Amino acid sequence: MAFKDIETQPLKVINLGLNSFREDLQKQGVPVVQVDWAPPANVDSAVLENIYKHSEAIKQANQKVIDIIQKGSPVLLGLDIARNVVPGMEDNLILHAGPPITWDRMCGPMKGAVMGALIYEGKAKTEKEAEALAKSGKIKYAPCHEHNAVGPMAGVMSASMPVFIIKNEEFGNYAYCTQNEGLGKVLRYGAYSDEVIERLKWMEQIMYPVLDKAIRSLGKIDLKSLIAQALHMGDEVHNRNRAGTSLLFRQLAPAIMRTSDNAENSAKVLEFINGNDHFFLNLSMPAAKAVLDAARNIPNSSIAVVMARNGTDFGVQLAGTGDEWFTGPALVPDALYFPGYTKEDANPDIGDSAITETAGLGGFAIAAAPAIVQFVGGNAADSIKYTRWMYEITASESQNFQIPALDFRGTPLGIDVIKVIEKNLTPFIDTGVAHKNPGVGQVGAGVVSAPMEPFIKALDGLSKKL
Amino acid sequence: MPIIGTLVHGKYLDSVKLMLVSKEMRQQDGVTDAVAIMATPENRDILKATNMLLPEFAKALDTDICIAIKAETEATCSEVMDLVKVWLDKGLPGSDSQDKADFMPRSLDSAVKLMPDANLALVSVAGKYAGTEAKKALDLGLNVMLFSDNVSIQTEKDLKEYAISKDLLLMGPDCGTAIINGVPLAFANAVRRGKIGIVSASGTGLQEVSCVINNLGEGISQAFGTGGRDGKKEIGGLMLLKCLEYLLFDLSTEVIVLISKVPDEEVIAKIWALIKMTEKPVVVNFLRPFELQQLSNVYSGNTLAETAQIACRILTDKNDKNLALKRRESDSIFQNRTLVELPTKESRKYVRGLFSGGTLCYEAQNLYHQKLGNFAYSNAPLESEYKLEDVWKSKEDTIIDMGADEFTVGRPHPMIDYSLRLKKIEEESKDDETAIILLDVVLGFGAHLSPHLELAPILKKVKADTCIIVICAVIGTDADPQNRQEVIRYLSNTGSIVTTTNAEACMLAVRLLQSIRSS
Repeated sequence: MAFKDIETQPLKVINLGLNSFREDLQKQGVPVVQVDWAPPANVDSAVLENIYKHSEAIKQANQKVIDIIQKGSPVLLGLDIARNVVPGMEDNLILHAGPPITWDRMCGPMKGAVMGALIYEGKAKTEKEAEALAKSGKIKYAPCHEHNAVGPMAGVMSASMPVFIIKNEEFGNYAYCTQNEGLGKVLRYGAYSDEVIERLKWMEQIMYPVLDKAIRSLGKIDLKSLIAQALHMGDEVHNRNRAGTSLLFRQLAPAIMRTSDNAENSAKVLEFINGNDHFFLNLSMPAAKAVLDAARNIPNSSIAVVMARNGTDFGVQLAGTGDEWFTGPALVPDALYFPGYTKEDANPDIGDSAITETAGLGGFAIAAAPAIVQFVGGNAADSIKYTRWMYEITASESQNFQIPALDFRGTPLGIDVIKVIEKNLTPFIDTGVAHKNPGVGQVGAGVVSAPMEPFIKALDGLSKKL
Repeated sequence: MPIIGTLVHGKYLDSVKLMLVSKEMRQQDGVTDAVAIMATPENRDILKATNMLLPEFAKALDTDICIAIKAETEATCSEVMDLVKVWLDKGLPGSDSQDKADFMPRSLDSAVKLMPDANLALVSVAGKYAGTEAKKALDLGLNVMLFSDNVSIQTEKDLKEYAISKDLLLMGPDCGTAIINGVPLAFANAVRRGKIGIVSASGTGLQEVSCVINNLGEGISQAFGTGGRDGKKEIGGLMLLKCLEYLLFDLSTEVIVLISKVPDEEVIAKIWALIKMTEKPVVVNFLRPFELQQLSNVYSGNTLAETAQIACRILTDKNDKNLALKRRESDSIFQNRTLVELPTKESRKYVRGLFSGGTLCYEAQNLYHQKLGNFAYSNAPLESEYKLEDVWKSKEDTIIDMGADEFTVGRPHPMIDYSLRLKKIEEESKDDETAIILLDVVLGFGAHLSPHLELAPILKKVKADTCIIVICAVIGTDADPQNRQEVIRYLSNTGSIVTTTNAEACMLAVRLLQSIRSS
């Protein structure tokens, strides 16, 4: 009769609970690790029991999902007009960020972006006309996510908008996203003034052809390796895209010079990209989308393939639950606000950009982005702490994307809803903050922890399918 | 409303840092609006829109920082401006937070990744979650000390069976004390390592025995806690027997102490069967008088202190088979007694025991019963008819366990938080029938760091105002985090009688009661 390590090894303790016990052990020089424990989220215990009963099947399904995500190889092929390439796109359809939503439940910035898109499409001339049309029932709304697309903030996409075409070369599926407009008064933050529409027109008429030709002349741009490099250069490719944009610029510049017949247009396009640190966001997002879409519809898997917000609801989809959305109210981010604005002005969390976190980037990789750690409390150690926490709720670690500050450890990958519930810890998301009224634009940037409700519902939804 | 502005040249701070500075400024008392921002054309528009584009900023370069502060008074404006200049140079207050950034894993499995050679989990989360966490710990190959209570008896059984199948310890639930590989865990004392092994279903019983062993110059090999229910029929002594078996065959252990309330009959039979397998001496204390099996290597201690003493004596004289040793008078260890003045007031004839240790309270009631024949009233009485109707109201001779649930709802254990006991001491001192106040003062890890400072004022007052006799049993060792000698000295100086074992304090109280009643 023996007990493991009793008498034979020095005692090394994991303390789960009263902190004073840890202090007493530390005083005696006994190695001790304190667990920052929280009770599991409030779910029906019958649901958890059912989940645990199927844990082996879930584990296998999750491994399959992780393998698919690891192998995903997103490349940028070029651009086209949405109606030509986005599946199901039609003239009276507006795609938006997040889970499905009706006009009357849309938040201010989402409404503003829809109105702007209607004006941009020439379906309305004035704000009033646009609003009347938007709520007339003649316009259909659907999530970008249901059309192989993603959009930052309001994420509004209409038929005439040019979109990037991203292909997951390993699995052959595609993803689409509009071009990034820059900061300030822009459609994605719900602004629809003349300058916004003019910029969108310029992007359609000048930038799109220049970029498309250049990219097609290159054959493809490997986004997977570009993101991996950006992470080594201080981006997490959600709230910081400076390195990604610069790396893209380096590839595009010579190609544009070679393919464009108008030097002034070429210069304007390059200036536009150079002046917009977030240009690459609209590529990191569809890259993540293309990778995750390949992992949809794997029965029994508890791994999230979508996290998205429409400014009203936060929605989650799992690999194992098909096209079903699990939603709960979106939260207002904890942010730093631009001068003149406060939390009072902020809209609840909005945008498909949480697809980056779903793919192990963004907030999950914030330890790679020391330049923006101010958003998480100010010092680099905090950002490392946040990334390390996310390993708690993920099924694996990325083989492609690494964090230098963690000795090149792979980023936390594959949000496992079971772990989210067990550890009562929701995903940590970097985000921009929109003004709650349409037409104002961005008022800050910060971080938000996903609400628990969609994950509780998702666990329940998975349990029913097991 | 006054507004002031300053331009800062030749200093680069990124926009996020400036937003933080702005936020901090706005949080200062009296400030209505404030901003620190780079003077780019876009930002000038923002300043203009918020009426903070001051004339001072007209000549600003794109790379300059504009600071504007709007406040209720000019004085506030300039005070905050001075602050801002410090922040720009030295960083914001509170931004240097190394401690806050210490990474703590959120779960057992991540903790194991941080410490792959961890070998014990100390679990003290709320009872409804404790079973699940203990199971996870066992799955991870960790021995478990389950401090939490309110774990169902079925869960306890499942956990113990699972632990045994994996050669792991599962101490608890409701295990407050253990000493493993020389390390005191939770509420345990700093005792030296030695040759006496303990398996105990009682936390304070383990504390008392291990302290006395230490204070007599011997030491502990291992001290396992099993949780109070292990000896019951439902658990069948699973851990008690495993730990006993371990100690019987452990080469570092020469003498064993076994402490438990009287276990289930079948468990007792298994205990004897195990003990018979070796020659190793086992000193048994079932906390009540009990006819032990006549085995050559079984000894019995009537009190916890005596149990410890016998274990030490066996060790110092291993050839001493004198059975008289087993039946030694339990009060023989305190022969040098000073004279005690009996209460002068005739109405004062009852003892009021206010205990923090459950087993110490139990032992006090037992000794009372053994010597006086009748029973003391208690919230946890030996016989149910002596249960106090109102646990807050003492009746004749009363000995209560203030660590019991009815006293600890919403407050820390009385070993940590003395406030309720202080209140109770005061109440008892105002009762004209109180002759003796009997207290335990448990030292060690987890316990209050200076109990003497808590107790001394009220005890002095009792001595000054009344003729009540106060007896304190100080349980601890000189190596404990408290200064034991200082505690003893301090309490003695209040006029209280201080003993270093529970038995001694209780026996003294009982004898004094006898004297009071016979006089």
